[in-house]
Amino acid sequence: MEKILFYILAIIMIVFAVASVSSRKMLRSVVYLLFVLIGIAGIYFLIDYNFLAAIQLTVYAGGIIVLMIFSVLLIHHIEMELEVAKPLKKIITALVCVVGLGIFLTTIYNYPFHVIENANTTTINEIGKGFLSYEAGGFILPFEVISVLLLAAMIGAIVIAKGTKKTVISSPNPSKGGESPFPLGRVGDGKNLKH
Amino acid sequence: MILGVSIYEILTLTSILFFIGVYGFITRTNLISILISIELILNASVINFVVINKYLYPDVLQGVYFSIFIIAVAAAETALAIAIIINLYKQISSVEVKDTEVMKY
Repeated sequence: MEKILFYILAIIMIVFAVASVSSRKMLRSVVYLLFVLIGIAGIYFLIDYNFLAAIQLTVYAGGIIVLMIFSVLLIHHIEMELEVAKPLKKIITALVCVVGLGIFLTTIYNYPFHVIENANTTTINEIGKGFLSYEAGGFILPFEVISVLLLAAMIGAIVIAKGTKKTVISSPNPSKGGESPFPLGRVGDGKNLKH
Repeated sequence: MILGVSIYEILTLTSILFFIGVYGFITRTNLISILISIELILNASVINFVVINKYLYPDVLQGVYFSIFIIAVAAAETALAIAIIINLYKQISSVEVKDTEVMKY
């Protein structure tokens, strides 16, 4: 039963991953990525890491995908089709990827893994105690570092996303380039503008 | 561990996902599509951490901790990258890689 479930999940994930990197409409590509991420959460459920599956669903499916969908809606027309790479480039890349995959798989299948048969279930209790313990083997310092990193990244994201708007208000840039409301001076006086 | 599924099959699945991500990373010409490919690559590596922890060292939880760290870093990276992409779109009205010539502040 679990084997069948695993194979169904694997096929769904591979098909949607291929669709996600080859779809020509960007919104569809993001939604295909969502299916891949949900499949990964399903694999975590299958190997009894319920907490990780919940994190996967909330952070990826709830956070990152929504962020990506909003950015796609902000910067694209939904009906617009993406440019595709040249066929030669695609073929060469696919060949390189297949060769790399072959090397990976030969290495994996030649390595004798010493699998320990077990049916442990990991509870949130153990994970939380491991994270917050400051004894040997505890993860309290990386935990705090990662929280500071997240805070810094969020503040940085806000600052970067607001940056130009502030300059528009403070210096309306009256002299050059009446065709655009944004200050073009910092991108080399509009020379690099390509519409 | 999953009954009847060996570690080799799961590692095969993650390798395939990883190389699909690499393929997308090289062939797509759009910044958001490249971000999607990076998410695929990161997720494949996260599954590897978790599966190797579960199958080979079931008594410790280090793989789970590291996968949570990877997920946090990936979230931070995506938020920053999308902020940069939106800012770039404000300045040059495009998110194609070939139009992105200047990223100097």
